[in-house]
Amino acid sequence: MKKQSLTVIFYHVLVIAFGFVMVYPVLWMISGSLKTNVEIVSGALTLIPRYWVWENFTTGWRGFAGVTFGTFFRNSFIIAVFSTVGITLSSSLIAYSFARMRFRGRTLLFTIMLSTMMIPGQVIMIPQFLIFHRLGLVNTFVPLIGPSFFGGAFFIFLIMQFMVSIPKELDEAGICDGCNKYSIFVRIIFPLLKPALITTAIIQFYWAWDNFMGPLIYLNSPRLFTVSLALRLFADTASITNYGAMFAMSTLSLMPVFIMFLFFNKHLVEGINTSGIKG
Amino acid sequence: MNLDRERISRFMNKDVVVGYIFALPFIIGFLGIMLIPMFMSLYYSFTNLTLGRISYNWVGLANYSRMWNDARFWNSMRVTFRFVFLSVPVRMVFGLLVAYALTRKYRGVHGYRATYYLPTLIGGSIAVALVWGQMFQRGGVVYNLFEMMGLNGIHWFGSPTLALVPLILMNVWQFGAAMIIFAAGIKDIPETYLEAAAIDGANKFQIFFQIILPCLTPIILYNLVMQTIAAFMTFTQAFIITGGGPAEGTNFIALYIYNHAFSWRNMGYASAMSWVLLVVVAVITGIILKTSKRWTFYTNE
Repeated sequence: MKKQSLTVIFYHVLVIAFGFVMVYPVLWMISGSLKTNVEIVSGALTLIPRYWVWENFTTGWRGFAGVTFGTFFRNSFIIAVFSTVGITLSSSLIAYSFARMRFRGRTLLFTIMLSTMMIPGQVIMIPQFLIFHRLGLVNTFVPLIGPSFFGGAFFIFLIMQFMVSIPKELDEAGICDGCNKYSIFVRIIFPLLKPALITTAIIQFYWAWDNFMGPLIYLNSPRLFTVSLALRLFADTASITNYGAMFAMSTLSLMPVFIMFLFFNKHLVEGINTSGIKG
Repeated sequence: MNLDRERISRFMNKDVVVGYIFALPFIIGFLGIMLIPMFMSLYYSFTNLTLGRISYNWVGLANYSRMWNDARFWNSMRVTFRFVFLSVPVRMVFGLLVAYALTRKYRGVHGYRATYYLPTLIGGSIAVALVWGQMFQRGGVVYNLFEMMGLNGIHWFGSPTLALVPLILMNVWQFGAAMIIFAAGIKDIPETYLEAAAIDGANKFQIFFQIILPCLTPIILYNLVMQTIAAFMTFTQAFIITGGGPAEGTNFIALYIYNHAFSWRNMGYASAMSWVLLVVVAVITGIILKTSKRWTFYTNE
């Protein structure tokens, strides 16, 4: 008995110690948001600032070239929210087609959809850019939001998996009540998809929020910059980098993700399990 | 008139019509933002298309022969391969071991799993990349830590080979998603398998290697493929932390393509390189899938 409880203690100590190492960089960033530049650059391992510099947040918030982080956050929110709405709606429509309809070409379309998961983004990045460039849509949010209205393979798959678990009898009951296949989707299936839709929305919001390469390619004027693009400017400016302000804004930029993590942990885990998202 | 309307509504309610109408966003998207762009990029790879210049010419295989003689291209392929083959297996082994440890029936494992997943959740962000770069800087946290252990003056970003280490570590650090998938897989293994093995007198190592591991092979395969593809595309970390340096030691192929396309405006050459990358990734995926028949194990066989 004694030996066993020792093993348990050993287990917890080991797991907690390793866990601490895992989250240390995050803690170090958060504490860095309150440290002086000197303390950050010195590479001190301590997590408690010697002097608490709350001004890091106010100086950081001022942003660059007269554009504050208020604008950057707003831009990120606009892009994340609209692309989330787009991908959730379109993916559930497509999933309904694949999961509930039987028609010629379904298998082919489904196979194509699955294989699009394996196409590296780099291959289509350049021509996509050229198309948007020709359409005069570079330096707008359209290239960052638009594609999400055509569904995403991961999410279609995830919603399909969920839809398959909805009993077909419900559809049939709907037909008896005078529904056609469109109103069955709107009135019966779509409302029942809620858990899968929440998972989709969370993951897409988080992807769009984190996206860096897209904004980097498409957005040129600081007024349109997202938070991730703006953060890079801290490291980019030729003048001395204000590390405290950089860490303060970095911490803020992760807030939406932290909050989602706290509230929707279950949905996130579910999503990862169904589709292996975010390898 | 009424008959017509009924015929239309019956037609509209056919599976094939409903199916295609609902699949329409995917069909349009696939053609418009995947397939056509892919063919365009194949075509551009045979031209000298330059961003900002209207006219461009067919140059045949010039971009491809240029690549053949481009030492920087070969170097970027080499460092990308090194990065992929060092970081992906280590990350998966970590994910697997931690998943095993955190599926033991102890209190608090759910909380631990959430904590271990946190780095994966935020690891792709610019914020974390900036912090990571700062930690490995000369005089940074990691530098100091090594100094405390008596290893003085390891300047991570000072040598092309060493600079890969922080990037690989950062990738390994994000083993959370793999861990969660493996944990789910471990919990799905029928209890009877484990009990039978225990009755037969198998110890923990034997149970792990002869029962748990074989049961997880389909999940391992899926993860291996997706993570290898993702690792080949690594861009943000190199772009933010090292900028590809020093001496191009971390000039990953995705970064090199980006620079040719958008910094130096050589769209044609960048297209050619992205096609070579696609072929390389396809071949490697093919090899993994081909050999997988020998090491994956399906319970229903």
